[in-house]
Amino acid sequence: MKVGRRSFLSFIIGGAAGTALSPLPWKLTDDLSIWTQMWPWTPVPKDGAVSYAGSTCTLCPAGCGINVRMVDRRAVKIEGMEGHPINDGGICILGLSGLQLLYGPTRVKSPMKRAGNRGSGRWVSISWEEALEEVAGKLTEIRAQGRPEALAVFSGKRRGTVPALLSRFMTAFGSPNFVTAASTQDSYELALHRMQGVQAAAGLDLANTDFLLSFGSGILDGWGSPVRMFKAHSALKDGGGKLVQIEPRLSNTAAKADQWISIQPGTEAALAFGLAHVIILEKRYRTQFVSEYGGEFEEFRQMVMADYTPDKVAKITGIDPKTIVTLAREFSRSSAPLAVCGKGGGDTPGSMNEFFAVHALNALVGGINRPGGIWAVPEPGDFGWPDPEMDETAARGMQQDRLDGAGAPPYVATAALPNRFFEAVAGGKGYPLDALFVVESNPCFTEPDPETVKAAFSKIPFVVSFSSFMDETAQNADLILPNHVYLERYEDVPNPAGFNRPFVGLVQPVVDPQFNTRNVGDAVIALAQGVGDPVASAFGWDGYEACLEEAYPDQWDSLTSEGYWMAEDFDPAPWPEAFETASGKFEFVPEGLQRGYVPAEIAGEKGGFPLVLTPYDTMRISSGYVGNPPFMTKTVPAEVLKGKELLVELNPQTADQLGFSEGGRAVLTTPTGAANVRVHLYDGIMPGLVAMARGLGHTAYDKYLADKGTNVNRLIGPTADPVSGLNAAWGIRAKLTRA
Amino acid sequence: MSTVDEHEKDMPSEDSGGKGPPPPDPEQKNKATAYVIFFFFVGLIASLIVGWIIFPQLLYSQKEQPIDFNHALHNELVGDCASCHYFREDGTFSGVPDLWSCIDCHMDVQGEDPEEEKFVTEYVWEDREVPWLIYSKQPDCVFFSHAAHVLSGGMDCVTCHGHIGESEHSKVYQENRITGYSRDIWGRNISGFKRNSWDRMKMDDCADCHEEARDSATKDEPRAPVGRVIDNIIRVAFPGTYADNRGGSVQTQRGACFKCHK
Repeated sequence: MKVGRRSFLSFIIGGAAGTALSPLPWKLTDDLSIWTQMWPWTPVPKDGAVSYAGSTCTLCPAGCGINVRMVDRRAVKIEGMEGHPINDGGICILGLSGLQLLYGPTRVKSPMKRAGNRGSGRWVSISWEEALEEVAGKLTEIRAQGRPEALAVFSGKRRGTVPALLSRFMTAFGSPNFVTAASTQDSYELALHRMQGVQAAAGLDLANTDFLLSFGSGILDGWGSPVRMFKAHSALKDGGGKLVQIEPRLSNTAAKADQWISIQPGTEAALAFGLAHVIILEKRYRTQFVSEYGGEFEEFRQMVMADYTPDKVAKITGIDPKTIVTLAREFSRSSAPLAVCGKGGGDTPGSMNEFFAVHALNALVGGINRPGGIWAVPEPGDFGWPDPEMDETAARGMQQDRLDGAGAPPYVATAALPNRFFEAVAGGKGYPLDALFVVESNPCFTEPDPETVKAAFSKIPFVVSFSSFMDETAQNADLILPNHVYLERYEDVPNPAGFNRPFVGLVQPVVDPQFNTRNVGDAVIALAQGVGDPVASAFGWDGYEACLEEAYPDQWDSLTSEGYWMAEDFDPAPWPEAFETASGKFEFVPEGLQRGYVPAEIAGEKGGFPLVLTPYDTMRISSGYVGNPPFMTKTVPAEVLKGKELLVELNPQTADQLGFSEGGRAVLTTPTGAANVRVHLYDGIMPGLVAMARGLGHTAYDKYLADKGTNVNRLIGPTADPVSGLNAAWGIRAKLTRA
Repeated sequence: MSTVDEHEKDMPSEDSGGKGPPPPDPEQKNKATAYVIFFFFVGLIASLIVGWIIFPQLLYSQKEQPIDFNHALHNELVGDCASCHYFREDGTFSGVPDLWSCIDCHMDVQGEDPEEEKFVTEYVWEDREVPWLIYSKQPDCVFFSHAAHVLSGGMDCVTCHGHIGESEHSKVYQENRITGYSRDIWGRNISGFKRNSWDRMKMDDCADCHEEARDSATKDEPRAPVGRVIDNIIRVAFPGTYADNRGGSVQTQRGACFKCHK
């Protein structure tokens, strides 16, 4: 049988006809079209029961209430809690991106021990038992040598049960070196302490303010409690109130303000005194307050009359004298004016002279403890824990001086001096440290001049990080005992930044711990047990949860049902009872106030460094312990970060003088360091200044954040304020040269 | 295969006049035609066999459920489908029950069935969800609300899911190797014909009811279809006269495809 061409074609035609008459082509077409909807990279959300779990955000000091949308046991979205006293349904971009911190790749998944050299990034995973045993062994060794003061703790927070447990641990162990990070709140507390004689946080009664005078505070740039500030700003505008922003840069706040007054940075105190001058001269102050409760008012009056005439202040600040007079009149004419200070996001302390001056301005208009003014909100109590028993070793250790010099002259009223702590350790001052715990903070990135911090680390043989993330500090540690992230743990958030009532927010776990992590509170209790008596006897709790519940016996019901506790009927102390100074009055001239104009100093000589570098904060960059989640970095505009290069803002006039054009590459040099940057020409920045975003330039974290931009802290060293000892650097002298 | 000679033999020559090759042998010609017809049918039948029998067998893989589940037994004990396949408080449908729904009764082994023992020891005690294979799973690109059909529309489960509630064993899950979905979506019948409403779950099967409902709704409407044309003219000429998007999708504010498709 010969198969011819015709037969073959016939076979093919028959096959085609048969295929067409079979379901094969039609079914295959259908299946292929469905297959194209099934690409593995197409995300398909899992189905499940939807619920909401309430908690409190801990990513900044704001204390916002959050509602986490859950699908089965998985958190899928974070929303602001409706009706919450602080944020009432609002949420910021960082809070919204929190899930990327929970599920993201930068988590430390189990206790880790360093395997290579410090910072080499080589780690081995160990069990919690091994890790706790190792730390407890080290601590026992330190105590056996009779040098308990050789242990130090650096904590990102000062309030709440976790810092309280750490502090208690240190006391029972015998070390005074419990160091906490500082912010604008610390400067405010010291101002209240010196001028009103109280230990209290500064609360702002924003709901009743009708004139907000901001000395560089980023009301819409993340200052204090950002969502609360945003809402307060909207309410202020809706109610016909006014916001005046005083700062040398056209920030978002300045752009949205009713009036933006550009000022020579660092001269804010002079302006406040200048406004006081006009108010006193024109007798626009609250006479009853000043005559009955104004301590040393005459001295204050003489000082501002002599040294702060509008003309003199104009020369210092660069603001037109007429503007000063008008502003003073408008401020004092308002029914509830409020002046605030603390630059940018309020994450750094500032010059006490400025805080004193601004607080005096509030006092002049009678805003202390009054509606729309600034309230002294009592610090939360000591949780009613009995004092820990101290053995001889502990008692001897506690008598040692703190390495940071806080609480001792000249900085008697300051709780902790983080900048001086790292300087002292790095410089080998005082006694050497054998061990350091770093809790909920990332000093190797956030502290000014992180190189000093790293130098201090190199002097400490044993560094333990409790970080949830592989951040710069964890990278430089010897052991990591990872904390749960906030969505997995219990914690309390007392006295949120700037809130004007006693308040505690409760952080509650909304998801099961994703990895082999533990709450720091539990780790500290376990360590105390590991060290043995008498330290162990001061930690009788079964675990952190039990300790937390016991710390808030009267508030616990409200905390668990509402998610927060608030003293609803709190009224600040009325004037006759408000001042606990020696005179019983408001001290217009507190101890440490500098008379005559003394500019807030910054490092560097004008000759070698003709420009001034000043950092700025934005809602789109998280500059604290927690680095930017990827969602946030996506929102950073190309005028701030282009690819991996950071752009600094420069006035076109200055750029012209220096020969820079838009996008030009430059080397930014300061007395502290140098960095490669690009130049962005911006009319909104005062000539002679270089503005740089804070919070970029991480070397740790994931590919979405690491090696993007430059860390401005690396270029600005700390300047100790003469009164508080805290860092008061608002900038540094700098120069820009072509790269 | 054919050769040049054969070609020449087959080709009638036009210019050969009377001197061309001899006329083809009629017997040979008949034989060639028979071959052609024969091969046509060989091709036809082979492809029909491939298309109707071999292809369906190749297309689907056979998978057993992790646990052989007895619907009939459970149905007897709990009474109705909704005891396990219930609507959540927010109106969403729970679908296949999770472990949480089962452990009320199955914290410990109850009977002597090895499948139950396997379920309790391997899943309940291990706190591990059973990776059930879902016969009726649809692609994620479709909006489907059980509440709209069951609670509002009053449909029963059988209309779409058949008599699965009476089964004593879990049937074999046939997974489409290309799409990853169950064979139950296209239907057992490879040609796509169905006898019962639950035999298939493709878009056309949705349309069976939906078109019927639409047609019967407009059938008696006196204004249709002329009225609809006038409606459309008014809608274009005077936007806002009618409420927007009557009958459109709530989510997308569109009609047609986007009523159901994301």
